[in-house]
Amino acid sequence: MKKLIEIISLKKDYYVGEVTVHALRGVEMVVTEGEFVAIMGASGSGKSTMLNIIGCLDKPTSGDYILDGINISGLSRNELASYRNRKLGFVFQTYNLLPRTTALDNVELPLMYNASVKSKERRERAIAALESVGLADRMHHKPNQLSGGQQQRVAIARSLVNDPVVILADEATGNLDTRTSYEIMALFQELNSKGKTVVFVTHEPDIAKCATRNVIFKDGLILRESAVQDRTNAREMLASIPIEAD
Amino acid sequence: MSIKNLFKIAMNALLRNKFRAFLTMLGIIIGVASVIAMLGIGQGSKQSIQSQIAGMGLNLVTVVPGSQQRGGVQFGAATMQSLKETDVNIILSECPAVLAATPEVRGNGQVVFGALNWPTSLYGENESYLQIRERSVVNGRMFTDREISGAAKVCLMGQTVIKNLFGEGADPVGQVIRFKKIPFLVIGVLDTKGLNTFGQDQDDLLIAPYTTVQKRVQAITWVNSIYTSAVDAGSTDLASQQITEALRRHHKIKASDQDDFTIRNQAELLSTFSSVSNILTVLLGAIAGISLLVGGIGIMNIMYVSVTERTREIGLRMAIGGKGRDILMQFLAESMLLSITGGIIGIIVGIAASKIIGTTMSWPVVVLPGSEVLSFAVCTIIGIFFGWYPAKKAASLDPIDALRYE
Ligand SMILES: Nc1ncnc2c1ncn2[C@@H]1O[C@H](COP(=O)(O)OP(=O)(O)O)[C@@H](O)[C@H]1O
Ligand SMILES: [Mg+2]
Repeated sequence: MKKLIEIISLKKDYYVGEVTVHALRGVEMVVTEGEFVAIMGASGSGKSTMLNIIGCLDKPTSGDYILDGINISGLSRNELASYRNRKLGFVFQTYNLLPRTTALDNVELPLMYNASVKSKERRERAIAALESVGLADRMHHKPNQLSGGQQQRVAIARSLVNDPVVILADEATGNLDTRTSYEIMALFQELNSKGKTVVFVTHEPDIAKCATRNVIFKDGLILRESAVQDRTNAREMLASIPIEAD
Repeated sequence: MSIKNLFKIAMNALLRNKFRAFLTMLGIIIGVASVIAMLGIGQGSKQSIQSQIAGMGLNLVTVVPGSQQRGGVQFGAATMQSLKETDVNIILSECPAVLAATPEVRGNGQVVFGALNWPTSLYGENESYLQIRERSVVNGRMFTDREISGAAKVCLMGQTVIKNLFGEGADPVGQVIRFKKIPFLVIGVLDTKGLNTFGQDQDDLLIAPYTTVQKRVQAITWVNSIYTSAVDAGSTDLASQQITEALRRHHKIKASDQDDFTIRNQAELLSTFSSVSNILTVLLGAIAGISLLVGGIGIMNIMYVSVTERTREIGLRMAIGGKGRDILMQFLAESMLLSITGGIIGIIVGIAASKIIGTTMSWPVVVLPGSEVLSFAVCTIIGIFFGWYPAKKAASLDPIDALRYE
């Protein structure tokens, strides 16, 4: 299997006044194509810092990060932006949809920053992405007309629309109830089964069991990695959770 | 991101806060409208002065006593008496470019008829007066050569004096009035000229033979000024030159000395007043320009607010691939949309205001051709200039910090 992400003795320091915070202190990690990795760990252990670097939003202080065969460490701000636009999809805990903007327009947004995609193709791809997350009937709804789970699905559609090599999610179920969390996980599992690589940060062990592999961070280092035994099928899990009255 | 999409985003952002956008634009609207109106007023006054001066007769060349010193006239008893009646004959006989000339002797005082009196000016002239000053006699007659040589106590009367002594429309010809206690027989009535550019009533006057005013009223030996008429409007400079040479020779002025008189022609007067009203226009324009500047600062202020409010949006746009340049352009589009829309409304308001001021104040207001284009260009520049720093701030945000912004 192809190494999609390769992280070599990667360090990240933050300088806050006189104090230096060692957020990551020499992480070694590999993600192969088609994996579904859940990054776990206590709060402050460096999960988000790791994900931001994987997502090319941040640069490491030292060490190397090779994404899809290219060493990211030497790229400029603009090159990183292009990389994010072409190769990566983000899902955030707080959805980060543009307010007062329809689901369709929100999903189109990443393609707006890609000059090679013309407006007709942009629209078609956005519609396809929304259909794939089961929101075909909500395309013209604005975020305030959608539930939290639906908003997160719009965000997932947005992360898919540019056909990224990897989808990155930071506590994507953090604001959702158990049932909706499993709905989102079912969606990720479905995408993963179609071949999409997913890297996912969570602090909930139950949710992490939906992944194929768990990586546990502690104090800026990987404490332990393990393949998930008896992996949870989120769709089956959903069937066993009663639908609460709204 | 395409230009079309940039402006679409900017438009949506502005429509989200319609009232705020309107208030911000109001600064630009007022600024542009006042620039257009002020330049219009300045230009209008310039054109009216020009037409007034032209109306006085473009052939007119005036000689006054005293030497010109760096734009100012040097005053002094001796120099103010340097022009004599004989200078008129010298000019007429030695200056081929001069068609006609008249001395002028002035006196101010009360004119009395019966129980009524009125303060006015008495001008002593010769028979060429009407031709030189482009006036006419509407009733009665002009005085004759004989009346001039005899210093006859006859006068022509302006409309304002008639109105105040005899009543509107009355015929004073044949009546005797008194000016400084000297009786004058009214022999004619002058045409109506109205106010001149400087607000002087050109009908508030009496005209008499200069000899009469000089000897009987003022008791002086000199004349106050000499008005001459060049053969045509293009010859005023030549006439000025010939008059200077003739008078210098007869006044026995050494080559090293200054003239003891000053010549003004209409072309000079025109350029003097044009430059005065140009200064006025610049001044008015500058004041209006300051309000435009304040409007620009308003845009800058609101753009900073907009950037701060939308920090998370900026973070998201960067996370999904927006480059610094894309973000910069997005906010520049917003500030340009504000300033250009404000500018267009301002141009319309400015032109409307100019028309209203022009008609209600009967003050000529001219909308300078090209001032709309200029205002439009200035607004675009304002949009870019004042939008630049807020947009630059947005573009240089760190995506992670922006996404985390509370
Ligand atoms: N921008 C920052 N400035 C300073 N310190 C930071 C910054 N971001 C993260 N940190 C620190 O780095 C460490 C790891 O943070 P983070 O990766 O957010 O942890 P997690 O996501 O696992 O909770 C924490 O100690 C945090 O305080
Ligand atoms: Mg975190």
